[in-house]
Amino acid sequence: MSALLQFEGITKRFAGVPVLRDVTLAVETGTTLGLVGENGAGKSTLMNILGGNLRPDTGRLIWDGRPFAPAGPAEAAAAGIAFVHQELNLFPNLSIAENLFLTRLPRRGRLPWIRRRELAAQTRRWLREVGLEAAPETPVERLSAGERQLVEIARALSLEPRLIIFDEPTTSLSDRETRQFFELMSRLRARGLTMIYISHTLEDVLRLSDLVAVLRDGALVGHGPRTDFDAARLITLMVGRSLNQLYPSRASWAQPAPAPPGTPLLEVRDLTQPGVVRDVSFTLHAGEVLGLFGLMGAGRSELARMLFGLDPFARGTVRLAGQPLRSIKPDRSLRCGVAFLTEDRREDGLALEASIADNLALVTLRRHAHRSTGWLDLAGLADAVRAVRAAVRLTPTARDEAPVQTLSGGNQQKVVLGKWLLADPRVLLLDEPTRGIDVGAKFEIYQLIHKRADAGAGVLLISSELEELIGLCDRILVMRRGELVDELRRADFDRERILRAALHERSTA
Amino acid sequence: MNPERQRLAMRALDVAPLVLFAVVLAGFGALSPSFLLPANLLNVLVQSSATVIVATGMTFVLLTAGVDLSVGAIMFVAAAVSGKLLLAQGWNPWLVVAGIIALGGVCGWLNGLLIARLGLIAFIATLGTQYVGRGFGMWLTETRAMNLPETFTRLASNRLAGVPGPVLVAALVVLAAHLVLQRTPLGRQIYAIGQDAVAARKAGVNVRSTLRGVYVLCGLCAGLGGAVALAQIGSVAPTFGANKEFAAIAAAVLGGTSLFGGRGRVWPGTVFGAVLIQGIENGLNHLNADPYLYPLITSGIIFLAVLLDSGRGQLQRTLGRRRIRPD
Repeated sequence: MSALLQFEGITKRFAGVPVLRDVTLAVETGTTLGLVGENGAGKSTLMNILGGNLRPDTGRLIWDGRPFAPAGPAEAAAAGIAFVHQELNLFPNLSIAENLFLTRLPRRGRLPWIRRRELAAQTRRWLREVGLEAAPETPVERLSAGERQLVEIARALSLEPRLIIFDEPTTSLSDRETRQFFELMSRLRARGLTMIYISHTLEDVLRLSDLVAVLRDGALVGHGPRTDFDAARLITLMVGRSLNQLYPSRASWAQPAPAPPGTPLLEVRDLTQPGVVRDVSFTLHAGEVLGLFGLMGAGRSELARMLFGLDPFARGTVRLAGQPLRSIKPDRSLRCGVAFLTEDRREDGLALEASIADNLALVTLRRHAHRSTGWLDLAGLADAVRAVRAAVRLTPTARDEAPVQTLSGGNQQKVVLGKWLLADPRVLLLDEPTRGIDVGAKFEIYQLIHKRADAGAGVLLISSELEELIGLCDRILVMRRGELVDELRRADFDRERILRAALHERSTA
Repeated sequence: MNPERQRLAMRALDVAPLVLFAVVLAGFGALSPSFLLPANLLNVLVQSSATVIVATGMTFVLLTAGVDLSVGAIMFVAAAVSGKLLLAQGWNPWLVVAGIIALGGVCGWLNGLLIARLGLIAFIATLGTQYVGRGFGMWLTETRAMNLPETFTRLASNRLAGVPGPVLVAALVVLAAHLVLQRTPLGRQIYAIGQDAVAARKAGVNVRSTLRGVYVLCGLCAGLGGAVALAQIGSVAPTFGANKEFAAIAAAVLGGTSLFGGRGRVWPGTVFGAVLIQGIENGLNHLNADPYLYPLITSGIIFLAVLLDSGRGQLQRTLGRRRIRPD
């Protein structure tokens, strides 16, 4: 028994929905575990339990032979567990050295003064280790994204951990930096450090790990020595079918010959923003539900934000119903009939303390203003709110004056959707419209999406759930690292092909 | 804009206050030669000492992405109490100075309690203490002016090796603050909290107690700055310390401290900002400008400072945006 870490029957539910189901897994001392799985397969939840951010509902962790239930990140760190996250947690306004030792700055005995020479010497040691040539005093904001990732790794190493978890560490690295990082990993492995490596780049996982584990819908569906796996087998294991969700059918699908595409509504050509998206071109037709699939961080939401005018882009053209848009701004998009449902409804989509009626009326207030005086036509507005409440089938028990935050997640999302439907948009950009809501509400939102498309609108549907896109869309685009890499018509929908396109199968090194 | 040009623009915004400083000095010098005489420049320093001290405390607060609107009121309360102690109780002037500083610290502690412990927004919490402080001071003085005895005002005219007392005190405060911010773990953690308080807590920084300490420090500085101003002016009027919070914030922001937190320095930044504001007032005085113009010009300068800061903030956000591709 030389397992450093064991997960024993870990189960975790969020609001009744299981995200981890009875996961049992061991990591032997000195080995590297490769962990793969689709978006939402449960990788992050499992790591959050290990990091002390979440507690399992049932099951336990065994760390170094003893039961282990970290109450918080500090306790996990003290036990010798270090994380290198995909999203950087550095302070750009501080120096490299200060970032490494923020809470452990060496002091002159009891005095509060920092021993700067010793700080620099210690920092240099870890920078050499990760192969970053920069002075310890350099402010982190002067470093490139790849160099910052190396600083993050150096910080994790400086804790001298017994287990280090890398979560997608190479997404922001250049080819050269990726190679350096892999060399560093093999050095760490040679030294006997235990590691967990999480990545969507399957070739890298197979090359760098001793053991591979595959999660799907919260369950461990395969694990064993890496020699038992190849990329194709991993993909087959990762592709899940959740059977508990029904999708409405569109009348146009039942016809023997596929319907000819409607008129082009939104034509995007060569949209490019350095560091975010490159040469994105596609056309959204009237009456079409177009799916946009990609793994976390592929740039889907960023693309939608650009199309609505929230973020800038460097190059490319966007035409709306044939008209080229010179500069895109949210208010102009709105006037042109574009609606954008953001991925985070609590943060960006709703005024949580305001009433249901106020939220519903928010984007269409102007239309209900009297032409000459500018006064609001309150009666007309109330009629419109009543009509849209019925259209989205908002729970009848909530009064119009009730604050939105008193609603369930599903009803909140209906308010967001209803708000945009009141504007009668021609183009709907929907970013994860069904995230975190129950099955019944999901179905109703699916119906609303189809109804809108039947009425001639174009819908761009972003979702992390492949099943949902396959169930709802006429066409699916696949995005990877800010580029569109595949396009499938409904007749050709194929889970494995979509997932294969979304994962980078070949490593850059 | 590509990252290289963004970085250049950032540099330009960083040095803008220094350029402004030089332009103002040169401008007033050209219009009124007596402005640049050493005696007058020293006078500018003496006049700006109190603002420098208060703005130093304010810089700590701004660095944590907070704000303290109550420093002017703290100065007034301290002045009112010390006026009473000096005139009615006949306390020793030095004891009164110590009392003023301590009182400032207590007010700061109260702010820290509201903000760090009860989680109130700094803007609202300190706006509240501002009103409480003003009201308390008014009640105590019955809105009457008090002239302080010469034993107290003499403190301001003391010199050490030719250096006026107020300047010396301000210099010591600035030196101490600079060392704390740049050379101690506490100082560096203040910068981390201002950048991202959640990330700082995750990294193991005790955010609450640091914040509390920062507001106490700001209160202490307000008390000390109040003592210096009081000794210089020699009387407690109902307007004592009025709008001092804006002068302090403007001084810090002019010196490059960001209202968004995490960026800025006491030396040279805040000191230059405070001297700049005082220098403009002194210069207008030399030109015999209409006194009613002063607030207009000062507010113009504050507006410029905030504009610069927001430009810096926007650039910072674009530079820090998450990247998906390594190009």
